[in-house]
Amino acid sequence: MSRLLACFDVRFSAFHLNIDVDVPMSGITAIFGPSGSGKTTLLRCLAGLERAPNGFMQFGNDVWQDEKRGLCLPLYNRPIGYVFQEPRLFPHYNVRANLLYGYKRIPSEERRITIEQVVEILGIGRLLERRIHKLSGGEQQRVAIGRALLTSPKLLLLDEPLASVDVQRKQELLPFIRRLHEELRIPVIYVSHGIAEVLQLADRLLLLNEGKVVATGAPNEILTSLQFRGKLGAHRIGAIFDARVAAHDAEYGLTRLEFNGQHLFVPLQSIAVGQIMRVHILSSDVSVVIGRTGCPTSVLNILEATIVEIREIDQSPSVDVLLDIGAPLVASITRKSLVTLGLKPGHRVFAHVKAVALNEELMA
Amino acid sequence: MGALTDLDLSALWVSVRLATMTVLVLLSVGTPLAWWLAHTRSRFRPIVEAAVALPIVLPPTVLGFYILVALGPYGPLGRLADLSLAFTFTGLVIASVFYSMPFVIQPLQSAFEAVGKAPLEAAWSLRASKWDAFLTVISPIALRGYISAIVLGFAHTMGEFGVVLMVGGSIPGQTRVLSTTIFEHVEVMEYAQAHAISAFMLIFSFLVLLAVYVANRRFPIHVS
Repeated sequence: MSRLLACFDVRFSAFHLNIDVDVPMSGITAIFGPSGSGKTTLLRCLAGLERAPNGFMQFGNDVWQDEKRGLCLPLYNRPIGYVFQEPRLFPHYNVRANLLYGYKRIPSEERRITIEQVVEILGIGRLLERRIHKLSGGEQQRVAIGRALLTSPKLLLLDEPLASVDVQRKQELLPFIRRLHEELRIPVIYVSHGIAEVLQLADRLLLLNEGKVVATGAPNEILTSLQFRGKLGAHRIGAIFDARVAAHDAEYGLTRLEFNGQHLFVPLQSIAVGQIMRVHILSSDVSVVIGRTGCPTSVLNILEATIVEIREIDQSPSVDVLLDIGAPLVASITRKSLVTLGLKPGHRVFAHVKAVALNEELMA
Repeated sequence: MGALTDLDLSALWVSVRLATMTVLVLLSVGTPLAWWLAHTRSRFRPIVEAAVALPIVLPPTVLGFYILVALGPYGPLGRLADLSLAFTFTGLVIASVFYSMPFVIQPLQSAFEAVGKAPLEAAWSLRASKWDAFLTVISPIALRGYISAIVLGFAHTMGEFGVVLMVGGSIPGQTRVLSTTIFEHVEVMEYAQAHAISAFMLIFSFLVLLAVYVANRRFPIHVS
């Protein structure tokens, strides 16, 4: 697996970007952080659109920037696909000519992605002969993504490509982004400040704050970390993990998911056994019970758990309890319950999960 | 209204050649300069902008006087060429380039400012080198700016008088242009011929401006 090494130290008038990262490049890496944390600037540095005076950047075995040797490849010499916040389509060309603009400029032996593939994945077949100004915002952004893909990039950079489209279009575009990564195997770096997008897409998170990388890791680890969740607008998230479809129960209308030897029941899914689904749980839907055989309960999803950490929340009757169920899971319970049950880190408990959301439902 | 004489026709030909040459020179010099003005953050920018705009407010005779001195056998440009460029067609082109400069640079600068850097970066991300991106993306989007620059530069050069008289004199077939021809006709009381050329200039100028405004309406570039 190739890695991305980047080291930038740039001062702008009111802002200091100081980055030193070494991350594996596979799947979708989300650069996540509040507005003004330097996400776009970091992406522009990676693309060579901003030049960090003492910067260094290496992708796999290729060094793209090494200021000690005075090297900084211009963007047009880097195998990068870049999708901007606005579509930036060329108004004097129609959709087809926009799509082919980059395609025509790469040597034919480097063309791994065909127009038919892109048209199919992005569903833009009927738009090909249209003028740009006749497209909706969502359509324009899809064409912009297609245009970038047709340069057969080794790395795809997406700068909040959904920022300018409405919620409904977002819902329509997210599966495309997931698919293009799954079908074309291009590593993606995705800038976002929307937690929902990150939850649906990201395999890895690079958490940015005031120009510095605060944390890197799997989304579930970072978003359930009691240190960060409050600051990230992620305070309602209990868990995100990928589970395998184990069985369908048509009689009761349920699908059983399996992960780490534990089971979760969700409403019947039309997804084949053995497929992977991304599962979301809200921390307020998790309660903590001592002993499985206490009172009989109507809750189906009961998971074995160990308490890892407890954190009080300022001016709130609730506390966050970080549990280990083979994956991190946060339960929001009242401080009163915490004291009554005498919960302490290390205790073995059961987590009752009242509701499980699946990927598709998250944005709705 | 009398018909145009051979002399008048040769003046027309000199005018057209002069305007064409001037516009060509200004487009090649003006494009990089206008691009620089549109995007630079240099503190020299206002100085350059003021210098470019100077011919609009300066009396043509002032400009003409200095260019004449510079072009003469002892002026810097004259020495460079090792002969006097004053009262030659080449000298006239040099003078016209300065005189019509704002009419070419300013529309280009506004066009480049309106286009911005966004399409350029997009083109780079699609493997287009700097030249490629400029030719295939920036200049077509800035097309209206180019049309305005070409038409205004051409028309303004056709109409110049003071600078031409100072630098070129009015040598038939070489430096006598339409505007100076009118003056010559009036000097010798040939009002009919002066009127013919004047009317031609009037209609020509109007049609040119009309063409610019129609083109601006007909080819709106949708920048989204």
